[in-house]
Amino acid sequence: MHGRPRRPTKPVDEEAASAKAAKLRDLQVQVLQNHQSRTYTKEAIGLSFKLLEINPEAYTAWNYRKLALKHKIKELSDPEAIRSAVDDELRVVEVALRQNPKSYGAWYHRKWLLNQKLAPVDFKRELGLLDKLLKVDARNFHGWNYRRFLARFMGVPDEEELKYTMDKICDNFSNYSAWHNRSILLSNLLIQQSKGFESKQKIFSEEFELVTQALFTDPSDQSGWFYHLWLLAQTSTPENPQLIASWPCNGAKLSFSLAKEKVEQSTVSSIWCHSLKERTVPIVLYFNEPVKGLNQSSVKLKSDLEFGKDIHWRALSVTDSGYSNCWATYLQIANECSSSQQYSVDVGIPCSDDIVSRSGSTYNCPVHLTFTIELISNGTQNIDLFDKPVAWNCSESFQTHGNCEPMPFDLLKITSALVEEDSNWHFERLSEEIDLFRQLPDDDSKFVKLTLARLLIACAAIKSRGRSLIERKRYCEEALGYFSDLIHLDPSHKQYYEDERSLVLMDKLTCDMETFMKHCSVQVQPNSVPLNHVQLCRLSLTRIGFAERLIWVQVLDLSHNSLRSVEGLEALQQLVSLNISNNQISSFTALEPLMKIISLKVLDLSFNKIGAHSIDTTRYICSSPFSHKDEACEAFEECRKKNINVEEYWDAILLFKSLKLAQLDIKGNAVPNKENFRTLVMILIPSLKWFNGECVN
Amino acid sequence: MADGPAAAAASAGAAHDYPTIDPTSFDVVICGTGLPESVLAAACAAAGKTVLHVDPSPFYGSLYSSIPLPSLVSFLSPDPSTPSSTAPAAASSGSHTVVDLHRRSVYSDAETSGTVPEPARRFTVDLVGPRVLYCADEAVDLLLRSGGSHHVEFKSVEGGSLLYWEGCLYPVPHSKQTIFIDTTLKLLEKRALYRFFTLVKEHIAATSAPADETGEVDAAATISEGNLDLPFVEFLTQQGLSPKMRAVVLYAIAMADYDQDSPDPGEKLIATREGIQTIALYSSSIGRFANAEGAFIYPMYGHGELPQAFCRCAAVKGALYVLRMPVAALLMDEEKKHFVGARLASGQDILCKQLIIDPSYKIPTLDVPFDDSDSNSLRKVARGICIFNKSLKQGSSNVLVVFPPKFSTLDLALEEQQVAAVRLLQLSSNLAVCPPGMFMAYLSTPCTDGSAGKQCIKKAMDALFSPQDSDGSEGHLETPSESTDDVKPTLIWSCVYVQEIAQGTSGSLLSCPMPDENLDYRNILESTKKLFADIYPDEEFLSRNSAPVHADDDSDSVE
Repeated sequence: MHGRPRRPTKPVDEEAASAKAAKLRDLQVQVLQNHQSRTYTKEAIGLSFKLLEINPEAYTAWNYRKLALKHKIKELSDPEAIRSAVDDELRVVEVALRQNPKSYGAWYHRKWLLNQKLAPVDFKRELGLLDKLLKVDARNFHGWNYRRFLARFMGVPDEEELKYTMDKICDNFSNYSAWHNRSILLSNLLIQQSKGFESKQKIFSEEFELVTQALFTDPSDQSGWFYHLWLLAQTSTPENPQLIASWPCNGAKLSFSLAKEKVEQSTVSSIWCHSLKERTVPIVLYFNEPVKGLNQSSVKLKSDLEFGKDIHWRALSVTDSGYSNCWATYLQIANECSSSQQYSVDVGIPCSDDIVSRSGSTYNCPVHLTFTIELISNGTQNIDLFDKPVAWNCSESFQTHGNCEPMPFDLLKITSALVEEDSNWHFERLSEEIDLFRQLPDDDSKFVKLTLARLLIACAAIKSRGRSLIERKRYCEEALGYFSDLIHLDPSHKQYYEDERSLVLMDKLTCDMETFMKHCSVQVQPNSVPLNHVQLCRLSLTRIGFAERLIWVQVLDLSHNSLRSVEGLEALQQLVSLNISNNQISSFTALEPLMKIISLKVLDLSFNKIGAHSIDTTRYICSSPFSHKDEACEAFEECRKKNINVEEYWDAILLFKSLKLAQLDIKGNAVPNKENFRTLVMILIPSLKWFNGECVN
Repeated sequence: MADGPAAAAASAGAAHDYPTIDPTSFDVVICGTGLPESVLAAACAAAGKTVLHVDPSPFYGSLYSSIPLPSLVSFLSPDPSTPSSTAPAAASSGSHTVVDLHRRSVYSDAETSGTVPEPARRFTVDLVGPRVLYCADEAVDLLLRSGGSHHVEFKSVEGGSLLYWEGCLYPVPHSKQTIFIDTTLKLLEKRALYRFFTLVKEHIAATSAPADETGEVDAAATISEGNLDLPFVEFLTQQGLSPKMRAVVLYAIAMADYDQDSPDPGEKLIATREGIQTIALYSSSIGRFANAEGAFIYPMYGHGELPQAFCRCAAVKGALYVLRMPVAALLMDEEKKHFVGARLASGQDILCKQLIIDPSYKIPTLDVPFDDSDSNSLRKVARGICIFNKSLKQGSSNVLVVFPPKFSTLDLALEEQQVAAVRLLQLSSNLAVCPPGMFMAYLSTPCTDGSAGKQCIKKAMDALFSPQDSDGSEGHLETPSESTDDVKPTLIWSCVYVQEIAQGTSGSLLSCPMPDENLDYRNILESTKKLFADIYPDEEFLSRNSAPVHADDDSDSVE
């Protein structure tokens, strides 16, 4: 029951309780025995009823009853008799629900009974039962689930069910279940384009109005805010997935030096210059929401370059869901080139039913990207790139290298004409909401502030499509203010607010060229190719956002922030050096995204909290330490041979085995600074040259 | 009307065929069976006193009764030559001085229009209307405590309250849900109103909760002392309530009588403390009984059932009842100047330690020096009764309508006179007070000048009802474009009159309070309680255990 104070339980008469437990155990044993021996006598079935009457959660007893009923029905031919058998069963469920209206087993049993279609269903009785239950507790979600089941079963039109949710909301708007059902029904009606539901804009405007009535009446009631959040999501995100960034970008000219790890400094003029040591060209596609289904047929590649015909698109994501924002493939260049030569590569994504988002909508904005690759074959010197450790100097003021040509920044973005179509309505709607909530005089309501911040972010996102950057920055500024307030106002959700603030901050810093350029430079180190350098230090970032704007970065300095997670960096397939020293990373598992960056050579992890936890506490889903693949087992085995405690270091082993680093700094962390940890690193990363500032040899 | 309790009254027989009462001496003699007298009778009887309760009328209730409509007119304008001195007006009788007792006319200026639909006897009218009980008020508690609840049945005023605002009837939002549903309120009005309700709720919870170990009340949740002393209207303004919302809270929830926006501070401004108290009562009333919608309940068959219920309780405890028995005179102890008994119309002298009389009798010692000269300064209430054909709120049987002061601002001539709120209570046949298809309404407004008060009542009736066509048929000449829902109910019959309000007095001769201008019985019962405390300071007023044993099983149900 909701909204009622919990009363302390009465002191239980111990004797009575143990007697009850003994009785229950006895019943349970008998029912299980009957179940095993398939005894379906009247007495045996009666025992299962007695058990369920006391404990409706005894799921085996429900299963037993299902089998018993099937057994009984087989012997019956008279429809009247079948009907009465089903009726008896329905009554058993009702008795169980009286004991516990939220019994999963009981509700499922009822659905199962109806689905058997043994006897005509008395819908009046079913709806009557539901009404009674929902009157007792209007938020019993089992009841609402069953209502949806019945509605489908009876073929009740969604419109009618929608009216029912309205009635319940009018009775008491503090009802998550009713609002939730409303969102489901509305989505269905809009997809089906039912009569009166043709215009999404009209329906959502009405819904916004309805829910604001509730929000203004009692802003401390959460249920309405959740519905508002759903409406906001419907209004602010495009219906279909969009490609928002790619690497290489459209029109880019890349020059690749085919020589092995060497480059002549004076020839470097393009920031897109790469040492093509592996003879691979990565292509990265970044979508606005997680999608799946990128493959050879959904993404068309055309080029005069010779590469293997077997193109495999990889989801760059740390979850195994198959959905990802970011997808990459690696073109294996087979050309033997004698002199400098240009090749063009054409990437086309037509409308595709293969590419689908989590909500099931398909990709429908065709995009074409063309870039050229120049293969340079020159020089004969062999220079060791990592003969000195890379030094980070984030404390020094950052100076743009004079040699840097303006970055083709705008080319990074992909704007689709389709998006513009109804963004006007969306923008107006969101602006109205913002004006409205600014008036809500609840000085310190966290819901108001959070919603305002979310509305502003949504507005900023729409503005970015319209490219009004000044406005966008203003929205970001205001949202940042709200998150700062919220961190103080609602400390129990501090980390969430910090994460959100980080995203807005990253948006603000990277959304326009002028601001972003202050953090970018081209780094030229002796004996190295010039690398695109981005520095985002001392910003109190707790997580990474807008990675699609960083996918071209080769050197990234994120030191002196408060990063708890590096999720998002997996999209940076060009990344060579990463500095995340002086952050709040607390585990090796939190570094899992780095395993996807095959180009990574330099990693500074010093002064974090690595080792404090073995599992990343910032994520809901982490791969289990027991789910390693064969290579992991090999790595474990190798470590075991060297007397390394695998149980202690399994997380480190899993990370390091897939990194091909030349330089690693990990001092100042919670990982024990023992000799065998060093050994472990040496075994797992044979390419390592510098460890904690010392030359490895 | 149901029969009264077993009484010694000779229900049949000629008017002057009075029974003889034995014994001739009682602890308490009460004349008149109005609600306060009946409650006192029940309380005295419960305290173990011997009680003789007489009433000159053949029915219970006196000024608090419900009577068949045909008897109303004669009741309101009684024959001026009241034969009060049927008994010989002997100057002295033995050791007692005999003081003649006269009745005063409580009602004046009765004015009726229209014809009562037949059968007229099916209409039962209250003399105390409009009146309801809060589900959580003292009257309900007393009924439960005394066991009187077994003799009355209630129905709820399920249509809630309506405020007459800018020419329309506006359903009063009183809860989170009603505020949410209301389509006329602006978003910010909703916010301010619900925030005010939450504040009051927290205040009530914080102040009524038993103090915890530290003995401190959560200061954040309460309204400061300074604010509690503020005029309520000022506090509401401070809370950001719009004029309409202020009117809702002041007149339709806190039931303020007088204009709270009046520039004249002499009028009754209610303080925040009082306002909060009424809201507390209102909100604790909602949901007290599972089967009562809203805060108010009304007794089936009319308010006359209430005194009767208490009389039954008194009779169960041994009080002796005699109806049709006027008291002709009072007996006064010559030396001590104390009243020591009463001479009944039968001529029999009854001695008693305490005399309690109906306020419709003039109290000899007090009335002599003033007589009628002060009638203009007396508190008065203008009342109206009407019969009409259609509910004021579609789909509801019983509703309360409140007209805030100056409700008819268009009529400048009247504005000055409308310093008080008018309340209207609509009742339907489900209360067995009128035949099906008909509705009754009671109206009242406090006034000092009777004719001005009557004007207000008439104005309120005009605002809600359309007059009946002169030929007596119902109005069917409305333009066809008007949907039937928009048509005002047709007024079939109405009556407007003025009642004066005399205060109860204490002393060796107690006089009980008259029906007041309020919507509930709170003040009347408060004075009644005081009267009892004056007579028996050491006795408990209708203690809990005075009720029959089965009192508790009804406590969560109105019926």
